[in-house]
Amino acid sequence: MDHGALVLIEIGALILGIGLLSRLAAWMGISPIPLILLGGLAFGEGGLIPFSAGEEFIEIGAEIGVILLLLMLGLEYTAQELVGNLKGSRTAGLIDMLLNAAPGALIALLLGWGPVAAVAMAGITWVSSSGVIAKVLQDLGRLTNRETPVVLSILVIEDFAMAFYLPVLTALLIGTSLVTGTISVVIALLSVVLILYIALRHGRFVSRLVWSKEADVLLLSVLGLGLLVSGLAAGANVSSAVGAFLVGIAISGPAAKHAQRVLTPLRDLFAAVFFLFIGLSTDTRELVPMIVPAILLAIVGMGTKLLTGYYAARRAGIAEPGRWRAGFALMPRGEFSIVIAGLAVAAGVDRSLAALATAYVLITMVVGPLLARIPDAERFKAATRRIQANRRAREAAA
Amino acid sequence: MPAHVERTELPGIGVRHDIVTDQGRRLSVLNLRDGGREIALADEDDPDRASETIELNDDEAIALSEVLGGSLILTQLAGLREQVAGLSIEQIPVRADSPFVGRPLGDTKARTRTRCSIVAIVRETEVLPAPGPADLLRSGDTLVAVGTRDGLDHLVRIVGGS
Repeated sequence: MDHGALVLIEIGALILGIGLLSRLAAWMGISPIPLILLGGLAFGEGGLIPFSAGEEFIEIGAEIGVILLLLMLGLEYTAQELVGNLKGSRTAGLIDMLLNAAPGALIALLLGWGPVAAVAMAGITWVSSSGVIAKVLQDLGRLTNRETPVVLSILVIEDFAMAFYLPVLTALLIGTSLVTGTISVVIALLSVVLILYIALRHGRFVSRLVWSKEADVLLLSVLGLGLLVSGLAAGANVSSAVGAFLVGIAISGPAAKHAQRVLTPLRDLFAAVFFLFIGLSTDTRELVPMIVPAILLAIVGMGTKLLTGYYAARRAGIAEPGRWRAGFALMPRGEFSIVIAGLAVAAGVDRSLAALATAYVLITMVVGPLLARIPDAERFKAATRRIQANRRAREAAA
Repeated sequence: MPAHVERTELPGIGVRHDIVTDQGRRLSVLNLRDGGREIALADEDDPDRASETIELNDDEAIALSEVLGGSLILTQLAGLREQVAGLSIEQIPVRADSPFVGRPLGDTKARTRTRCSIVAIVRETEVLPAPGPADLLRSGDTLVAVGTRDGLDHLVRIVGGS
């Protein structure tokens, strides 16, 4: 069989396989991402069946997948929403960062991976998965709950913080000496601020530039602009993902709404390829020794998210049960953690980092949405009501 | 006094509007970005939480808003009266002895003779918004008319048959 035919067969089988896994995930009522990661693990290096011919497609597809994930995330938000949330929930965002970045950074240092890997791991444990959490909130009928804006604003701030974190991480990963490293960090941050300024002040101009009533024209313009800016950003060492994210933010109004509609199928395809790629390139032999650290890290990481949500909801004046709901809802990590791990490993950080991140995301993504149901249990509700009543009684006595 | 409606942006999801009723219940309407909508009623024991969430499709939402809105038009018009100076609203009864019972609305020539607009006809519990000149008037109807004070007084006399 010639090479072309083999590539088609492999890619076709893979995409069909992803389709089956997604179907299974839908039937189980969970996000398809963990199943796709597991599927990738089974077929990748050290897995059951090695995989070769379609590698090039998977690699480029995975890169486009990251760009599309961030482009779509940017399209969800307007620059005004981001800045508004940043003003309103700054403290909660800061607490979230400190509490949740610490466990990752610590474990990287304990495992002896060095300070750069510690920065990467900090990001991996910090960022919750806005995609998974939004889905969980919807599934549990919590969109109209009063703690939901608190949860969402933490997610928005995390996503926004990524626009600054990713370029810094990229610069650190590349940076050789302190001086060149500092220079590239400064250049990276300046580019982010510049693009953000354009998005805030001239977002309407960018939207008009890509706007078209024809779906195909809009698709090509937005995708083209996203890839182009990503490439330029990567060239300036800002990280391609951030370039795409900022393009998404700059596009607003009807252009963003329609672009979201036309890009969703593409995003679904390439994001799946990206998750598969991460699974494929994670060696199962590296994964096994990481299972125990990943479980410990997941327990700590979910605990710190619980604290974050509880604290943020309390600050917003939410009563006892709602605080627990906010805490439990924030637990799942997802696409961003994998993106960070992918970046780090591509730049030559210890490959076990990807294995740890993959296991960590797998656990939090499967366990998190299950735990999110706890606060709805009758026994839990009764317990929180008792706590609240006791507290009121104490306050009344004092 | 108008009810207090609180608007909350849910980034990436949509917009939520909350109304807290006199009895302290919170009613939320959620407009999703993708065009869907939900209404939810807050739990009495835990007001932060929705105890029941109902998804509405376009037709159901329209039907619900019509059922609620029909009875509200009059209240809203009453509010308008206070907002626009020089413009008044009058509810004009069509009595059984009116010359226009059984005749189309157009026969009153309200617009040309008095420069008033008849914006709705209230018939028993039903409201006909924006009636056309061909709509027949019945005894017992109430015409809701907007215009200047003088024009409305004139229209009251015309409809009354004097």
